[in-house]
Amino acid sequence: MAAPQLLVHEKKDTVGVVVVEGLKAGTTMTCVITADNSSFRLTAKMDVPIGHKIALTDIKTGDTVWKYGHDIGKAVADIKKGEHVHVHNLKTKRW
Amino acid sequence: MAKTPKSNGNGKSRRSNMRFSGWRRENGRVGVRNHVLVLPLDDLSNAACESVANNIKGTLAIPHAYGRLQFGEDLETFFRTLIGTGANPNVAACVVIGIEDGWTKRVVDGIKKTGKPVTGFGIEGTGDIMTVAKASRAAKDYLQWASELKQEECDISDLWVSTKCGESDTTTGLASCPTVGNMYDKLIPKGIYGVFGETSEITGGEHLAKARAIDAKVGEKWFKVWKSYQDDVIEAHKTDDLSDSQPTKGNIAGGLTTIEEKALGNLEKIGRKCRYIDVLAPAEAPKKGPGLYYMDTSSAAAECVTLMAAAGYAVHTFPTGQGNIIGNPIVPVIKISGNPRTVRTMSEHIDVDVSGILRRDMTIPEAGDALIDMVMRTADGRLTAAEALGHREYSLTKLYRSA
Repeated sequence: MAAPQLLVHEKKDTVGVVVVEGLKAGTTMTCVITADNSSFRLTAKMDVPIGHKIALTDIKTGDTVWKYGHDIGKAVADIKKGEHVHVHNLKTKRW
Repeated sequence: MAKTPKSNGNGKSRRSNMRFSGWRRENGRVGVRNHVLVLPLDDLSNAACESVANNIKGTLAIPHAYGRLQFGEDLETFFRTLIGTGANPNVAACVVIGIEDGWTKRVVDGIKKTGKPVTGFGIEGTGDIMTVAKASRAAKDYLQWASELKQEECDISDLWVSTKCGESDTTTGLASCPTVGNMYDKLIPKGIYGVFGETSEITGGEHLAKARAIDAKVGEKWFKVWKSYQDDVIEAHKTDDLSDSQPTKGNIAGGLTTIEEKALGNLEKIGRKCRYIDVLAPAEAPKKGPGLYYMDTSSAAAECVTLMAAAGYAVHTFPTGQGNIIGNPIVPVIKISGNPRTVRTMSEHIDVDVSGILRRDMTIPEAGDALIDMVMRTADGRLTAAEALGHREYSLTKLYRSA
């Protein structure tokens, strides 16, 4: 299999991590779930830098975002499948 | 042009067993470096120590910012750190210089318990010039003595290996932190001492960290340390929230968004199987035998590595995503990165390249083996990138304002 563009920790996760440089909007990515090595395809809706996250599903404001199979915070804006997820639309529930 | 030989983590392993050559010290501990330290008691004595190190080539001065008018637990942490630094088995002998004799003697007496050679000099009543002359003579004697100490073959169970990550990003949670975790899963059963820390950075994963204690009692001890930091420091001093500081600006540039996400990646460093057997105060030496320990430390790289070195750890493993460049004066710091951009743009800082994990052409167990190989090569004398580049960050932890 060719090197993936997106890695996902667990099946339950709603975001994955871009692991290649220079990912462009419109790229249909090979995505791998590291927990079981299964793969799927997903089209990136935006240019997203290496290391940054992409939504695997539509996420509504207030929804919990899942990574490592755990709660990493809540969406503070609606996020569409394939869009960039970061400080502009995701925040800790803690502070 | 002559071809430069490369010495990086991708080379073939030259090792067929888990043994290395180290210096066995008077107290039985094994060092992987043979430093003669010139240690200032306080900020005022930095100049004299640097003069001595300049006179006696091959000795090492480690200037720092504190040592005056501290009191209570802050002072105890300070003495533990200074004495622990001199007592570390990577140090063969130590010259201590302080502004006055009293506290200088306290540090000297603390280091002396290891049985290694140590002498102290007070500046008051003598002045810098005469103190530097006397201390230089002692440092020269120690250096020549240390240069004749023989290494002996040691088993991996003689190694104390610490960990702390820095300039983390999402790749540290995917690649470099699980690499360290895999190393601990393989080496803790072989009888090494391990340690992890970073109290503020466990926030978001505190339920997971508590559950990794050996038993409920140790778990409660851990939770008390974590909760006390939340209540006494964060809640007492925060302005709005910890965003921009936890995660840091560098973390955020690397794609980490929340403290929970950062904590979950951080905890990958303790692997899947090992459990911590005790909770240590900053710079406190472990007392419950071989195994994994937790130390209450800051998440700032230099402060944390300085405390772990003072507890007696001899080799440090440091996963980084965006490229933290930290080193330590007495402990070799091995950098591990899985971020292909960092490996490309900052290659001189990286000892073990695990970016293959992201391409899925390297597994976590293979990366763990590559790291173990680099730990053994480092213990055997290979200089880390940080050592070659002269990184000697020595940062003392300050608990509150001096008197």
